[in-house]
Amino acid sequence: MYGSLRVLLQVLWAQLLCGWVLGSELTFELPDNAKQCFYEDIIIGTKCTLEFQVVTGGHYDVDCRLEDPDGTTLYKEMKKQYDSFTFTAAKNGTYKFCFSNEFSTFTHKTVYFDFQVGDDPPLFPNENRVTALTQMESACVSIHEALKSVIDYQTHFRLREAQGRSRAEDLNTRVAFWSIGEAIILLVVSISQVVLLRSFFSDKKTTTTRVGS
Amino acid sequence: YVALMQYCLFSILLLSVLSSFASGLYFHIGETEKKCFIEEIPDETMIIGNYRTQLYDKQREEYLPATQGLGMFVEVKDPDDKVILSRQYGSEGRFTFTSHTPGEHQICLHSNSSKFSLFAGGMLRVHLDIQVGEHANNYAEIAAKDKLTELQLRVRQLVEQVDQIQKEQNYQRYREERFRQTSESTNQRVLWWSIVQTLILVAIGIWQMRHLKSFFEAKKLV
Repeated sequence: MYGSLRVLLQVLWAQLLCGWVLGSELTFELPDNAKQCFYEDIIIGTKCTLEFQVVTGGHYDVDCRLEDPDGTTLYKEMKKQYDSFTFTAAKNGTYKFCFSNEFSTFTHKTVYFDFQVGDDPPLFPNENRVTALTQMESACVSIHEALKSVIDYQTHFRLREAQGRSRAEDLNTRVAFWSIGEAIILLVVSISQVVLLRSFFSDKKTTTTRVGS
Repeated sequence: YVALMQYCLFSILLLSVLSSFASGLYFHIGETEKKCFIEEIPDETMIIGNYRTQLYDKQREEYLPATQGLGMFVEVKDPDDKVILSRQYGSEGRFTFTSHTPGEHQICLHSNSSKFSLFAGGMLRVHLDIQVGEHANNYAEIAAKDKLTELQLRVRQLVEQVDQIQKEQNYQRYREERFRQTSESTNQRVLWWSIVQTLILVAIGIWQMRHLKSFFEAKKLV
């Protein structure tokens, strides 16, 4: 009984030391001249990945900055559209990453980011691996990993397609407004040309004939 | 025996303390601020959101779990801007919804605080975790309910993942169609505009010349 309890505790500690389970994927709106920061407590030795992509807005770029608990900048890029950064936590504590749209005056942007900390949680929370995985199980594990990367690629493809679609819809509205505006300008300019020309000749003849039209 | 029990208790205590950090990612939100997150998902996809709030305690100079009166208002809008979930939860909450139309769903959070004094320093710390589709499944529960072996559970997870991929592909096809419609509409508009513009130009030119000719004839200049 004590033996199994000890094994259970060892497993729980091992899980703790391997890094806490999390992975957060969020899409949020960043208004113009705004900065949005996210924080995460990470344990030393955990392998983390930060990936971000700008979905809509302006020139589709954003400033990104990742800092460790002491304030040292681990990653800093200005006006990036898409990037992926992997690092191993060298210290325990709160890591902070910020997205800034402060360089933009009137375009608000939609930013997607995926912050993976450590590995995925095991399927069985109270699993204690005393035997190695069978062939079937390891096949399942490798299929699972492959499908995870398929889903990841799908997400990035969806974001790029959203970007393309937003540009296309923008273009469509712009073409509509411009064509109507241009037609109006054309009419106004040509009518005023004729009126102006008539006024030149009308002034000379005011003494002789009264222009009745 | 005593040493083992002490070790057990200490471990459990430490793990429970550290598990309070398990709600991962957090951000700060102002009192009247509304933070919105967008989830672009196919239809029939379940989303589970967990959040936890902490308020800055000036005396202890740290973030402590928020008081009972403080709650968060959660509002979820579907792609047609219709509100599908609009509820107030306590300082800690969990919201679930399933999408019925594919597209961009908007999840907005803001605090229900009306007393300014409650927000010393003006910032509330919100831990947020949103799980979409297959990640929202609780496999331990599924295993217990259907009495699955480990291998069966793994295969079930793979089935769920492939399901999600299939739904996303379907949604992708529908989106690509919309994209194509927009592009074709732009193409049509440009074509019509150039034809109409040329016609207007020619018509205006003819009208101008005829009008001026009749004007000068009236003035006996030609």
